[in-house]
Amino acid sequence: MGLEAKLNGDGFFVTKIEAIINWARKNSVYPMPMGISCCAIEMMASADPKYDIARFGSEVMRFTPRQCDLMIVAGTVTYKMSHVVKKIYDQMPDPKWVIAMGACTSTGGMYRSYSVVQGIDQFLPVDVYVAGCPPRPDNLLNALIHIQDKIGKTRPKDFQNLKLPELNVIQNN
Amino acid sequence: MDRLTKDDIQPKILQKLLEDSDITIEDALENEMILNMGPQHPATHGVLRLLLRLDGETVINCVPDVGYLHRGYEKMAENMSYYEFIPHTDRLDYLSPIANNVAWVLAVEKLAGIEVPVRAQYIRMMIAELARIASHLVAIGSFAMDVGALTVFLWTLREREKIMDVWDILCGARFTNSYTRIGGVANDAQPEALALVKKFIDEIDDNLSECESLLNTNRIFIERLDGVGRISKEDALSYGYTGPNLRASGVEFDLRRATPYLQYDKVDFKIPVYQEGDALARYFVRADEVRESAKIVKQCLQLMQPGEIKANLPKSILPQKVEVYSKMEELIHDFMIVNFGINPPVGEVYHAIEGSKGELGFYIVSKGEGHPWKCKIRSPSFIHIQSLPHLVKGHMVSDVVAIIGSIDPIMGEADK
Amino acid sequence: MELKELIQQKLKDNFTEASFEFSEFRNELSVKLNKKYILQVCKFLKENSDLEFLLCEDITAVDWATRKNRFTVVYHIFSIKNNFRLVLKSDVDESESIIDSVSSVWKTSDWQERECYDMYGIRFNNHPDLRRIYMPEEFEYHPLRKDFPLMGIPGSLPLPKK
Repeated sequence: MGLEAKLNGDGFFVTKIEAIINWARKNSVYPMPMGISCCAIEMMASADPKYDIARFGSEVMRFTPRQCDLMIVAGTVTYKMSHVVKKIYDQMPDPKWVIAMGACTSTGGMYRSYSVVQGIDQFLPVDVYVAGCPPRPDNLLNALIHIQDKIGKTRPKDFQNLKLPELNVIQNN
Repeated sequence: MDRLTKDDIQPKILQKLLEDSDITIEDALENEMILNMGPQHPATHGVLRLLLRLDGETVINCVPDVGYLHRGYEKMAENMSYYEFIPHTDRLDYLSPIANNVAWVLAVEKLAGIEVPVRAQYIRMMIAELARIASHLVAIGSFAMDVGALTVFLWTLREREKIMDVWDILCGARFTNSYTRIGGVANDAQPEALALVKKFIDEIDDNLSECESLLNTNRIFIERLDGVGRISKEDALSYGYTGPNLRASGVEFDLRRATPYLQYDKVDFKIPVYQEGDALARYFVRADEVRESAKIVKQCLQLMQPGEIKANLPKSILPQKVEVYSKMEELIHDFMIVNFGINPPVGEVYHAIEGSKGELGFYIVSKGEGHPWKCKIRSPSFIHIQSLPHLVKGHMVSDVVAIIGSIDPIMGEADK
Repeated sequence: MELKELIQQKLKDNFTEASFEFSEFRNELSVKLNKKYILQVCKFLKENSDLEFLLCEDITAVDWATRKNRFTVVYHIFSIKNNFRLVLKSDVDESESIIDSVSSVWKTSDWQERECYDMYGIRFNNHPDLRRIYMPEEFEYHPLRKDFPLMGIPGSLPLPKK
């Protein structure tokens, strides 16, 4: 292609707006560390010098939901806590993604008891489930890579004026 | 977040918060400030929720609200066998999981009257002390992070990772180990693991000094914490403090010395005690305890002799997996224990160990069945959180963060 | 005199009307007493200069399900001076599940009694702030009672809307 070759020579390159936005977005995911119990310690470990989540551009953990686009729900969600998790999720700006970290977040895990929600997908749309109790930090990094893949495939117009259930359908396809 | 309204807070909590004056709720919301802190807050160490009543920046009253991580352990324990509950104890105080395993099996062994071989006892002691070091390292690091020194956190976590590596080799799991078994430990300590422990113990003194050099000579850190969150000896005892928090208030009480279990009467260690009872003293006690624990681990390594790692009681102790696959008798015993439990005698026992946060006790009531009739967990964090209103009253709102960090609560065990 | 005998002797001498039952299992001394005397006995054990049970470790209850006196409230107290742990027990019936609060003796018993109330529904006289601690205030049941199912009662705890 003549035009592209010429522009490349001058320090330009041609791409789609969508691709460049997705590229930027997926390499700077701001996680919201919803640390509830044991998994939160492994989430902290994933930020330490040995595992170093900064290699994937996600070391900026923000404790206010308004600045984040990825919620890592790390730990057992009880019925009392579920309202808080939902409230925080609702405060995050679109587009947003959710990682259910650990067995008890995903399915209730070993806690078959009266106070534990048997899987947070009962009230939240979850993008990636991470197995393990708790998952090793490597496994969380793997989940982050999956989220990045998913972000790379989404298109900005998918998020315009959509209600939560519709958004959920698009994100899961 | 929108403005806090009357509907956001449970009426009984509000009533408690405003109990010492005749101010109405509307008036308090208008003129004073009711601040909701948590359950999602970086400094509450999990899901602790505090409701603070502020006059300007001074805390007038505080009501903690726990239960956001109430997972129903005690109910679950009544429905499972003694062996099945071992993995659940990991997730109580999840900064020192392996020490909780030790506490649980010691309580069950006391109930069933099982004597454990000496080597297994030394292995248990070693891992319990390593767990204490790991827990205190996170406590110091996150405490420093709460008051603004981030580097310390990264450095202490780096040290903690070395302990995680030891556990990885020792029992195949990094974090939630479930390493102990009733009557012993799951497998013998490998020479590689012991070599790693030795290397870690030799280096910890210098590495900890490195972390301390960032804090102990730091004027901001010292002046921020000196005299903050002070609790007197009498109050600390009355509030049921145990562990490092009690020793920072000048009471020389340590269950390892007071009611020796395992082989703690064979080793030599000091109990660090500080008289001030403030946040700074609690930090100093933890740092000193890391060194003392390292000393105990070193002695364990010297005193440990080769030998059995499980008591020889086939009716109540799970056989080694290798033997289950190759011998008929062991297969039968394995089947019976897994399906019907170990059936200890009728009775009730309470056994407590010196956990990293304080006294971690289990109260078990047995009716002679395979599962406990009742299991109560005495968790130190629960008791310590109770004293928060006493500690934070009269301090600035930014000191609340430092005080929570200094008493080092873990919600997993506080909420059970 | 050995400490265990001393405690038994002192309790019998000071509370002649209360009928104490002493028992021992695995080297732990436990005392069963009438619930009317629990506050006085606790105060005595804490303040007696020979005993000094300054630390209240744990307060809990046991549900015996079918027994006549359905609940037993259990206190574990520790004397740092003597390095000795004592267990106090007191029966409480379901129809009149009220016992005196000991929070005036040990401050720590405030929350422990609240937990006991939350889990078993046992009420404590003169407790400064008796309300639920773990479960939400709207919750109607007491989870650690034996007739409460492990997986809970469907619909008793609401979930947020999806």
